[in-house]
Amino acid sequence: MMFLKYAGYRLLTMLLTLGVVSILVFAIINLPPGDYLSNQIAELRATGQAEGVAKAEFLRTEYALDRPLWMQYLIWIGAAPGPQGFSGMLQGDFGWSFEFDQPVSEIVGDALWLTVLVNLAAVLFVYVVALPLGVLAAAKSETWVDYSAAFIGYLGLATPNFLLALMLFYYGNKYMGLPIGGLMAPEFEGEPMSPAKVQSILIHLIVPTFVIGTSGAAAMMQRLRANMLDELSKPYVETAKAKGMAPARLMAKYPLRMAFNPFVADIGNLLPAMVSGSVLVSVVLGLQTIGPALLAALKSQDQFLAGFVLMFVALLTLIGTMISDLLLVLLDPRIRYGAREG
Amino acid sequence: MTMPPDAHYVDDAPYDPDIDLSAPDRKDMDAPAWLLVWRRFRRHKLGLISGVFLLLSYLMLPFAGFIAPYTPNERSAENLYHPPQAVHWFHDGALIGPYVYATSGQADLVNFRWQYQADTDRPMRLEIFCEGGTYNLLGFIPSDTHLFCAPEGATVFLFGSDRLGRDVFSRILYGAQLSLTVGIIGITVSFALGIFFGSIAGYFGGKTDWIINRAIEILRSLPELPLWLALSAAVPSNWGPVAVFFIISIILGILDWPGLARAVRSKFLSLREEEYVRAAEMMGAKPGRVIRRHLLPNFSSHLIASATLSIPAMILGETALSFLGLGLRAPAVSWGVMLNDAQNLASIEIYPWTAIPMLPIIIVVLAFNFLGDGLRDSLDPYKS
Repeated sequence: MMFLKYAGYRLLTMLLTLGVVSILVFAIINLPPGDYLSNQIAELRATGQAEGVAKAEFLRTEYALDRPLWMQYLIWIGAAPGPQGFSGMLQGDFGWSFEFDQPVSEIVGDALWLTVLVNLAAVLFVYVVALPLGVLAAAKSETWVDYSAAFIGYLGLATPNFLLALMLFYYGNKYMGLPIGGLMAPEFEGEPMSPAKVQSILIHLIVPTFVIGTSGAAAMMQRLRANMLDELSKPYVETAKAKGMAPARLMAKYPLRMAFNPFVADIGNLLPAMVSGSVLVSVVLGLQTIGPALLAALKSQDQFLAGFVLMFVALLTLIGTMISDLLLVLLDPRIRYGAREG
Repeated sequence: MTMPPDAHYVDDAPYDPDIDLSAPDRKDMDAPAWLLVWRRFRRHKLGLISGVFLLLSYLMLPFAGFIAPYTPNERSAENLYHPPQAVHWFHDGALIGPYVYATSGQADLVNFRWQYQADTDRPMRLEIFCEGGTYNLLGFIPSDTHLFCAPEGATVFLFGSDRLGRDVFSRILYGAQLSLTVGIIGITVSFALGIFFGSIAGYFGGKTDWIINRAIEILRSLPELPLWLALSAAVPSNWGPVAVFFIISIILGILDWPGLARAVRSKFLSLREEEYVRAAEMMGAKPGRVIRRHLLPNFSSHLIASATLSIPAMILGETALSFLGLGLRAPAVSWGVMLNDAQNLASIEIYPWTAIPMLPIIIVVLAFNFLGDGLRDSLDPYKS
């Protein structure tokens, strides 16, 4: 019961945060002077194409771009009636992309799920890699195992994501026959799900997952190692050792459990970095996530598309953080509900 | 020394009534804090090497034009995508001094790429302190003297040349000027904001604290890169390179402060209960003075270490933005701008040297990490 109450509280704060974020996002996408259509109108006027102007003017009123900004914001989120009545984010209408001349929802469509998939895979990768390496580095601290793990970790932190992506793609293709570019073989695009398509996606996921996850895994590993070392120097470990407990069992039974909490809590820090990385890597590798759409939309000031993608990315991290908070409470009953305020 | 039967130790030295009893036995025992820090830091070998390397790199910046054999946007139409050239010393067993071989390019019309053939019979010595393209030494002294340049009829592309025939080595040196200072400016902005918001939140508490805390939480939960992208997309395209450079640095700093603000805040919450803070307040010190004189110096060491550890994120951020075409733009030269050219698989496969700018990025980022770790361990010399 207590847990449900806490979950409800977390959900509420998340929604409030999302509201603030929507204001922030709207402000940012409206920072550049003018909008897509007014720029287009100016361009059409300059080249003397009068007939296009009328259409663009019509579109401007149609999408309420001629109203004051605060009104535009309310219409955008769906809290005020636009030219077609209430049709904003809240009603599930994400607007129109001027650049692609399609509704935003159609452009992003599949990309949303692929974005979630890529990020999920990367988070899994981080845990699968960081957990054993971090524990091993702590158990064998100050030996070559520790040092080489630290070295690889540092290198992972220092190499720019996009370069790692390019190089892995090149060498992965050359020596292991991994496919280049995209998230699935071209023939599966737009096809319904089938085992062959799933397999194709999985193979294409290898390199992006690795690239996006590396820096996160490196940071996570170092933190896990530090936590483990803190635990290992405590008297209870000494006691267990003195009683003759086998090292592996000793490790897994107590210190690991203790060090596990920050590990889960860390996902709040991990996710934003992960999503950042996936946007960048998607652009470089041409993955069909929302990364390339975001970049294109930002460059051409396609505000509804950019706004939606930014909102989606924020939502993704907020949900992830919420889940990690809830997991943490389930995992460790000692954490008091709502104690973070203190 | 005498040792009485009850094993008491008595010093034989004559008693001097003027001696200062509170003076330490050895002179170096009441060394100032910076000396203690230095002693501890010196033991952190990796941090020390990194620190020296970074110091040299930053000192090099004003002289980049002098060290570079070419100017950053000097094109050589006959030498597109020239592979790196080695500098030799011995020719046929005889010491000649640093020399290169002249090369001649030919278009390979089968594979559509340039092939360069070195003329290995004729060593051509590099010229030292020679005249080349003009640049501004220290940013304002016009000069055309270079440390070394290619002899007449030959080229010296240590790291090869790019698609416009510009020297990659020279461009890396020039690029360092922007890429390395971006981090410094960004961290300054981030620090100013972080310390300001963190300290007023921690010092005043209450509503201010609540509002700032929520802002920090929201900003921290958002992915940085998409926001960086969105903000840099808003930079008008008609701004000059210098203005773009500053605004990009500021954008990088603007999203980085919440982490620092949080650390400052939690530290302030505990420090403001200390007696000396209350004493200062009772003597009528204004909040600004208490914060600056009594609270901040308490953990300046922590601040320095975390600054060093945050700079790499800024440098990588600039690289990523420029790489995506939303950061610095040509004709400005930065490592990210250079890598923008290496964006496709073709350049990695056929012209791998265009990706060389990644090496200085990796090295500098690593160095900042090591230096930061070293500083963090040594800046608090009174802790065990």
